[in-house]
Amino acid sequence: MSKENINVALIGNPNTGKTSVFNQLTGLNQQVGNYPGITVEKKIGFCKLSNNIKANILDLPGTYSLNASSIDESVVIELLLNKNDKLYPDVALVVTEVENLKRNLLLFTQIKDLEIPTILVINMSDRMKYKGITLDIPHLENQLKTKIALISSRKGIGIEELKKLIINYKSLSKEPCVNASNIDVDYFIRLQKTFPNQLLYKLWLVITQDVNFLNLERNEIRGAFTKSHADLKRLQQKETIKRYQFINEVLKKGQTIDSSIAIDFRSKLDRILTHQFWGYVIFFFILFGIFQSIFEWSKIPMDYIDTAFAQLSSLANESLPKGSFTNLIAQGIIPGIGGILIFIPQIAFLFLFISILEESGYMSRVVFLMDKIMRKFGLSGKSVVPLISGTACAIPAIMATRNIENWKERLITILVTPFTTCSARLPVYAIIIGLVIPDDYVFGIINMQGMTLMLLYLLGFGMAIVSAYILNKALKLNCKTFFVVEMPNYKLPMFKNVSINVIEKTKDFVFGAGKIILSISIVLWFLASYGPGKEFNNAESIVKSEVKNSTISQGDLNAKIAAFKLENSFIGVMGKTIEPVISPLGYDWKIGIAIISSFAAREVFVGTLATIYSVGNNDNEDTIKNKMAAEVDPKTGIKIFNFASGISLLLFYAFAMQCASTLAITKKETNSWKWPLGQLIFMSGFAYVVALIAYQFLK
Amino acid sequence: MQPTIANLKKGDLAIIKDFDVESIPLKLLEMGCLPGNTVELIQIAPFGDPLYLNINGSHLAIRMETARKIEIEMLDKKNWQQQKIIGCNE
Repeated sequence: MSKENINVALIGNPNTGKTSVFNQLTGLNQQVGNYPGITVEKKIGFCKLSNNIKANILDLPGTYSLNASSIDESVVIELLLNKNDKLYPDVALVVTEVENLKRNLLLFTQIKDLEIPTILVINMSDRMKYKGITLDIPHLENQLKTKIALISSRKGIGIEELKKLIINYKSLSKEPCVNASNIDVDYFIRLQKTFPNQLLYKLWLVITQDVNFLNLERNEIRGAFTKSHADLKRLQQKETIKRYQFINEVLKKGQTIDSSIAIDFRSKLDRILTHQFWGYVIFFFILFGIFQSIFEWSKIPMDYIDTAFAQLSSLANESLPKGSFTNLIAQGIIPGIGGILIFIPQIAFLFLFISILEESGYMSRVVFLMDKIMRKFGLSGKSVVPLISGTACAIPAIMATRNIENWKERLITILVTPFTTCSARLPVYAIIIGLVIPDDYVFGIINMQGMTLMLLYLLGFGMAIVSAYILNKALKLNCKTFFVVEMPNYKLPMFKNVSINVIEKTKDFVFGAGKIILSISIVLWFLASYGPGKEFNNAESIVKSEVKNSTISQGDLNAKIAAFKLENSFIGVMGKTIEPVISPLGYDWKIGIAIISSFAAREVFVGTLATIYSVGNNDNEDTIKNKMAAEVDPKTGIKIFNFASGISLLLFYAFAMQCASTLAITKKETNSWKWPLGQLIFMSGFAYVVALIAYQFLK
Repeated sequence: MQPTIANLKKGDLAIIKDFDVESIPLKLLEMGCLPGNTVELIQIAPFGDPLYLNINGSHLAIRMETARKIEIEMLDKKNWQQQKIIGCNE
């Protein structure tokens, strides 16, 4: 028998558990990428349905209808309108949720009108008994001209039946269930006459949507059938009403709800979580708890990783034959990799909390609570989501602004999001806080270091808000504002969804940032191990002649030679050149190098220092943190990482724009170089001034 | 003057009468905000805006400025619930 490979597309409203259906079908067999040219996440998974049939399962972005209002939603329509796309579905699974079936079916009727074989997946069936819902499946199948899979992706119920339905996809009816064309009979008859070979609903979508449509000349269609914006919208309203009439009719028989047995957790929880006063208190405590635990819980695994890499490095140094190559491995590559892996615990915790907040439905309540306040600063309640997920990474956060309907609010959100403390700043904060803030407890429970970290996060948010306020006053843009946010029911976050998300995101960080950090570490090692001119090559004799007259131990002499070599290496020369600019901030040339390399990505800071401090230092057993703590200014004998320079560094990293990828995404989302350049100049200039004031004041 | 969603008090129930399509986002229509459907005000956010509504079984929040555009007819909640045929509405 021949093997068959079929394409399955998962389509559905947000909050229907579409992603958990995807996870149930594919497990960890997933690939996450981007659609060509745009930064919409593309998730494809694989599922073996039977011995002969394998399915490529595509998880499309969540959408409420086929009328696209963002590029994420356009992806869905572009795929469904283009039969030549290699991912064009052989079968579409429309995922709906039993409590919102009516609203979810709107999208289903639209997909059916495109004459794609469609299975209706009704998810969260385990909730039916709590809500008093009963469904007449044969009636629904008959009226909606489809096959229905009643499943619970949470409990894993009905997944095998769903797979069987997919295998038999050829027997699915392609017949549409609503005829949208009698909303304006004359118009649609003319349309069909002009394009007899085209599907009427497809033509209608081409006219109403701004999407790429390959097979038809859109201008040709629009030319003859153009309508005013108001007319089109009136027709779209008519279409929506017509679809709902059909759905209401179908559900009248197909669904019964006995509201007397419904258990209503939602309103009880809402009463507390969106309360005028308690709502904010709870929100604050949730944030506080998250930041405390990120710092506290990840301490132990981070210490283990740090020690393990220090030992690995010294092991490599001892067991490999002496030479440049061993030095590169022991002093360049191993500390470089260690510099990345050490942040896995913190980043994993951060993503864990963010995905729990999103999965549980709490994030929408935060949007609701914060909208009025945020609007005073020119932002939207929806800006809270980017600002919070910006604590993981500014790049997905900027992409998450796409559902903000108002362009001005969206632009401001994009511009200020990089101020929030992203996970790449965390390593820098963690190591510097560890060095300059005492590990003491106030009132017996509040850890000073955790508190400092929390303050830095608040500072990031505060700065984002203040600059939003300024931008709001400065930007003269008039935009129509449309704000609609769904308030989904509360759900217990699913372990599988959360853990897959955490693993994927952490993997992304390690490999994405890892590549940059590793290559920069290697380059830095070379620059630190070789130098121009006589001083570097004759280091030994120069140092020896300097100390000729004093008595000095062999160990101290070696250390002096190593330090002299480093100062005269390529990197030393570069660092010395920029030292005048950064010494008013309290930094030496080594920190200067680390700051320069941070412009590729902030997290490179620690790795850079690790590499610089390891070169020529044979005592590799020591951890990066101890090496940094031991650094003293050779002239004054004061510790390099003292309270004043530490605070100055923390503030510099809090404000400076040091991320090439964020600049690139801002350019992409705003379609102009003006905005990313503005971010770079304003943020970095501001950071310099603040760090300067802080150091001069504290020293 | 015709009352709008903005005139609702917490817990009030009403029927959507009419609105100017131009001033309402399409997404709101698609979520069920259509003439003839019921709307219930569940919660008002602190500082009086936005409004948390149950429209036709969909739970969503909109801003005051949009709410002012949607005309309604008030319903007596108790009577309505007795009359309500057990059907699609939650």
